[in-house]
Amino acid sequence: MSEFFQYVINGLSQGGTYALVALGYTMVFGILQLINFAHGEVYMLGAFTGLYTLRFFGARIVEFYNLALSVGADQASTTVAILTAITVIVISMITCATVGYFVERLAYRPLRNSPRINLLITAVGVSLFFQYSGQLIFGSSPQPYPDLFENLESWTFGSDENLLVINPLQVFVFVTAITLMLILRHVIFNTRLGRAMRAVSFSHELSSLMGIPTNRIITATFMIGSSLAGAAGVMVGMTYPKVEPLMGSLPGLKAFCAAVLGGIGNVTGAVLGSFILGLAEAFLSGYGAPTYKDALAFTILILILLVKPSGLLGVHRTEKV
Amino acid sequence: MNLGTSVLKVTRVGILKGRLLAAVSTLLIGSSVFAATIKIGEVGSMTGSEATFGISTHEGIELAIKEQNAKGGIKGQKIELISLDDQGKPEEAAIATTKLITQDKVVAILGEVASSRSLAMAPIAQKYKVPMISPSSTNPKVTAVGDHIFRVCFIDPFQGAVMAKFASENLKAKKVAIFRDVKSDYSVGLSDFFKEAFLKAGGEVVVDQSYSSGEVDFNSQLTSIRAKKPDVIFLPGYYTEVGLIAKQARKLGIKAAILGGDGWDSEKLYEIGGKSLNNSYFSNHYSQDDQTPAVQSFIATYKKAYNKIPDGLGALGYDAARVLFAAMETTKTGSTAEVQGALAKTKDFQGVTGKITMDEMRNATKSAVVLEVKDGKFLYKTTINP
Repeated sequence: MSEFFQYVINGLSQGGTYALVALGYTMVFGILQLINFAHGEVYMLGAFTGLYTLRFFGARIVEFYNLALSVGADQASTTVAILTAITVIVISMITCATVGYFVERLAYRPLRNSPRINLLITAVGVSLFFQYSGQLIFGSSPQPYPDLFENLESWTFGSDENLLVINPLQVFVFVTAITLMLILRHVIFNTRLGRAMRAVSFSHELSSLMGIPTNRIITATFMIGSSLAGAAGVMVGMTYPKVEPLMGSLPGLKAFCAAVLGGIGNVTGAVLGSFILGLAEAFLSGYGAPTYKDALAFTILILILLVKPSGLLGVHRTEKV
Repeated sequence: MNLGTSVLKVTRVGILKGRLLAAVSTLLIGSSVFAATIKIGEVGSMTGSEATFGISTHEGIELAIKEQNAKGGIKGQKIELISLDDQGKPEEAAIATTKLITQDKVVAILGEVASSRSLAMAPIAQKYKVPMISPSSTNPKVTAVGDHIFRVCFIDPFQGAVMAKFASENLKAKKVAIFRDVKSDYSVGLSDFFKEAFLKAGGEVVVDQSYSSGEVDFNSQLTSIRAKKPDVIFLPGYYTEVGLIAKQARKLGIKAAILGGDGWDSEKLYEIGGKSLNNSYFSNHYSQDDQTPAVQSFIATYKKAYNKIPDGLGALGYDAARVLFAAMETTKTGSTAEVQGALAKTKDFQGVTGKITMDEMRNATKSAVVLEVKDGKFLYKTTINP
């Protein structure tokens, strides 16, 4: 029985990492009806930003927090580690937001009024561009991630027969995914920016007639989505300490499946879909067929498109001719 | 080091560059009359997730060539190495092999480390009847492709038996879990041979789980392994995944010893896995603690050249090149057919990784060592003879 709960924990933490990527997908889709295939690569860039920040400035950041908190080097090391992690995540989010800005400005905006298929092909192109320039710049060998939480003990429940182990990092990822989702919901439903985003998502032309700076809103959406991918990259790097330039493609596709499962365009749906996918994968690998793990996401995608194309929480939109 | 893609590029824009190439090749042919070198090809994973395999092997080969050329090459002719990167992909390895044979006209090919990639290369080398020596592909199928495919390492039935013997005799294990990489011929083969030998020794395989290389999350498979409470986990993967798996296993509270094969042999193993790798053992081709003069002098020259201690792959690369040179020296004209015949007759060649004798299946029969991973060091445990 304890295995069951361990699978739940594993699934939720894996789902959390998908959720962070899926949120960005769903936001961009909601506003542009564009599947931004380059999103997985922004996530990869986020992981590498975190890696290089930790490698070159990690010691200095830790030193800074040690001084700021005026504690001994080993006393409050967990607090310092968490603060360092948050700092690195913020740096990576800012970098990825910048990347998102340029991707939107240079690759997508010039095609704003062309057929949607052009935009889609461009998205694939941008994705490949990042994958291969990543291999050129970072090298194609996987690199280990510095372990900030090395001294952090896992929480263990039960004894030998009914062992349940929870890694604090898993909780950190889970909590961050939920928190970011709540913040996003707040932004979308309770702020001026959010209202503008919803208006643009409804109709570009109508909202610009109402005086909404459409382009600026779309750019903002891209930047927010990309910064979420950046946060995801760092957190995945910390949980699974191996990063490489092609790391973004498969999680990117899976997160996309999760977003469709939950109802693409819907923030809560993206998170829900990710957790369902994470749990399904954990049970599948645990109870016997790990070989089919990667196929599962796409099986779910096909099933949901057949049964309920708008996704679990999606609203059906009628196409107006 | 992106040689693999440049191979592709050559084939893609080949027609466009045809005229240019013709001009360049007249120049090259002109110069090669004066140089008269013996060309040897190498295919390796210089980049990708098994990059240290390719790099170490390359360094070993380079060292052997440097030494041979310092002695005057082979019958006065200098040796020239053409190495191509396959990025750890079987399809790139196949393209590189074709290029080496048809464009560079090499007399022999050294490579690959991984069995999956050697298996992609072997049919091509066999088709063109160019001898190919794999330094360290241990899957038995590799040399079974044909009479032009050789190797200088032991094979997996032996390696599996070694680890099964070590688990049951040295670690007194009764219950073992197997965790294999289904994407790798090497890992699947080695798992099967280990299982067979361990069952024969009276042990029990309580769970046989699998993963695919490239994945990062192994928690669920490890949870199901944990539930079966094995004494030992047999994990015959490559170092990148092994490091991640060891880390996640220890975080899940698994304390059982972890065993593996020569795919662990890389300094990167510890960079990724860290202290989680304590209490784990793997079989390998040589140990740097071996006090034989041949081994110690090799370590000294390697260290001088590359400023690091050679791993098993470096030693095997060195041995593969030297076995080839020894065979070439006995031939009259140095043609590929003669080299093939001479290689098949290799007997009691004293290499760094032991005495090498080619059996009728062109496999080297020799002993294996078991190393313990402890705080980033590979400590010598025992030697097991065939």
